[in-house]
Amino acid sequence: MKALLKTLCEAYGPSGSEGPVRELVRAEIRKLADYVTVDPLGNLIAVVKKQGKSGKKVMLAAHLDEIGLVVTHVDAQGFARVQASGGVSPLTCVGSRVRFANGRVGVVGLDARRDDMGKIPALSEMFVDVGAADRASNPLQVGDVAGFTRPLEDLGQRLIAKSLDDRVGVAILIETLRALKRTPHEVAFVFSVQEEIGTRGAGVAAFGLDSELGLAVDVTRTGDTPNGLKMEVALGGGPAIKVRDSGMLADPRIKDLLLLRAREAKLPTQLEVLEGGTTDAAAMQLARGGLPVGCVSIPTRYIHTPSEMVDYGDVQQCVTLLLEFLQKPIEL
Amino acid sequence: MPTRPLTRRSKPAQALPPALDLELLRALSNATAVSGDEGAVRRLVLEAVRPLVAEVKVDPLGNVLAVLPAAKRDAQRVLLAAHMDEVGLMVVDYDSDGALRFEIVGGVSDRMLLGKPVLVGPKRLPGVIGATPVHLLNAERKATVVKAAAMRIDIGAANAEAARRLAPLGERATFATEFAVLDGALRGKALDDRLGCALLIALLRAGPYPVELHAAFTVQEEVGLRGARVAGYAVAPDAAFALDCTPALDLPDSRGRENTQYNTRLSAGPAIYVSDGRTIADRRLVTHLTRTATASGLPYQIRQPGGGATDAAALQRAGAGVPVVSVSVPGRYLHGPAALVRTADVENTLRLLHAALTGWTPKVLKP
Repeated sequence: MKALLKTLCEAYGPSGSEGPVRELVRAEIRKLADYVTVDPLGNLIAVVKKQGKSGKKVMLAAHLDEIGLVVTHVDAQGFARVQASGGVSPLTCVGSRVRFANGRVGVVGLDARRDDMGKIPALSEMFVDVGAADRASNPLQVGDVAGFTRPLEDLGQRLIAKSLDDRVGVAILIETLRALKRTPHEVAFVFSVQEEIGTRGAGVAAFGLDSELGLAVDVTRTGDTPNGLKMEVALGGGPAIKVRDSGMLADPRIKDLLLLRAREAKLPTQLEVLEGGTTDAAAMQLARGGLPVGCVSIPTRYIHTPSEMVDYGDVQQCVTLLLEFLQKPIEL
Repeated sequence: MPTRPLTRRSKPAQALPPALDLELLRALSNATAVSGDEGAVRRLVLEAVRPLVAEVKVDPLGNVLAVLPAAKRDAQRVLLAAHMDEVGLMVVDYDSDGALRFEIVGGVSDRMLLGKPVLVGPKRLPGVIGATPVHLLNAERKATVVKAAAMRIDIGAANAEAARRLAPLGERATFATEFAVLDGALRGKALDDRLGCALLIALLRAGPYPVELHAAFTVQEEVGLRGARVAGYAVAPDAAFALDCTPALDLPDSRGRENTQYNTRLSAGPAIYVSDGRTIADRRLVTHLTRTATASGLPYQIRQPGGGATDAAALQRAGAGVPVVSVSVPGRYLHGPAALVRTADVENTLRLLHAALTGWTPKVLKP
């Protein structure tokens, strides 16, 4: 699974430009589902058909897209001004390297003369330098989108990579689909688009699928770093079962069923209350007449920086938990 | 069906759509249709659209939905949306001296309001947003922006009774600006988005196309894209275009630096969106538009990614999802008393949309 994570995390796929990462996933799952489709917004959907009479229609979602930068202007000297696509912190930008769809790499530079030198600079005071001498020789155009670029580092038990949010969720869904031999349910594995800019893909996918319940699989923050957040979740503590975040209250029946299945399989878990941020489950919950949702979260440090960190044990346990959940009856 | 080859850079080689009907645009621009009260514009739209289409209806929220059948069978459904409503004011209370208290509907900066003539209600009562003459202002008052809450509309009523009778609670008001044709430019209020409405009517007149064209003249865009949301659900198209008007902030930077935040530029052609505050445009549709422009020898510009939104945001998330893109005419001084657009930009927007519809094939949506 580490090789898969490396491939997925290092791939290019900012919101709205998920094509390359979608093709990587499609190649992985081609033979694993009863059918695979791409919907009008670009969500990749793999469906395992219902195998038992009492089975439910279940939607699982992990998002393909990552945060990035979008070009707003190329100036006379050949520097590109940019805007954030998703929750990019200016703190992590200066000196970062970014890559565009055509493979061109650039570095983020900072205006040396700024109005207020004492403040954290804004993204509008930064630019991307792709080594062009002037406007004419700069291959970039307004609207071109870049993702951050950084190789995955395998520290053994822990992994550092860009875009673990949410390629780790994507990898978990792929491995769950691969290992899912028998299930009474009809399970739709949705690899969603445009989550980082407002959970846009999962909402329309949920409408199209008309499922009976949904689970998002996404990263969550932790409280285990120096002067960290006041938050219970820690790396290595097992899958985090969401109680609530700022966009969604998990259906307590789903939360409790996840906890029960984890106990049965002797998996460690932790409960998650996330005060800032949300996941695809928030959009899924409101599709059509509404559906009960929950979320399995992967504890992750340094989210939305080019170096996010997860615990490999947590990741593997998420796969086991999802398999336990899907292979047994779901009565809410 | 193979793509019909577009003639390369030439004098207008394809059958050009009829020129924009300037008299219709004048009527549309002058009409009062603040969000939620779009009746006056809806009547003009219905009158213009009825003779052109097979089917037209007004939906429960007030959107006008028209269908122009395709030139061939089994065509894809393409929705084009333009909003009928405009930003403006609403009467909410009366002072004892007969002045009208008002609230702003949609996005209007306080600085746009002071001293402006307005028209109140369907009877278009003339009024003015009162202001103190400059020679009676002290230095401090000269330097501050007056808040809208402190302003009043004066319609000459002698007392609250008279004011209430002339302008009942909830009455809308707009800037009293007459549409004008200038030298290669157009000036008027509410060009955002009566221009889109006029373009959409011109496109209906110039059809049919190899698509089933659904025209949506939407309500309540300026207060949250509300009409488009239900229109998108009802039509469930294969693709959708929002036609709008977007600010051109292309004046030189006051410090002499390069202006890097202009949104769009006047005279640079139709503005194609790749992303705005609430939508990432479908790449396939952006590519179809830029290729069509290049093949037709038409100018275009990419609107700077940034804030703001169009009906496309609501259309994209309707039902099981819709590929969308926005195309706007660049205009200066929008959301104020008088906007200004270049005629050439308007005409090139019309040509681009016409060519994009004429050259449509199902291949456009292939990955």
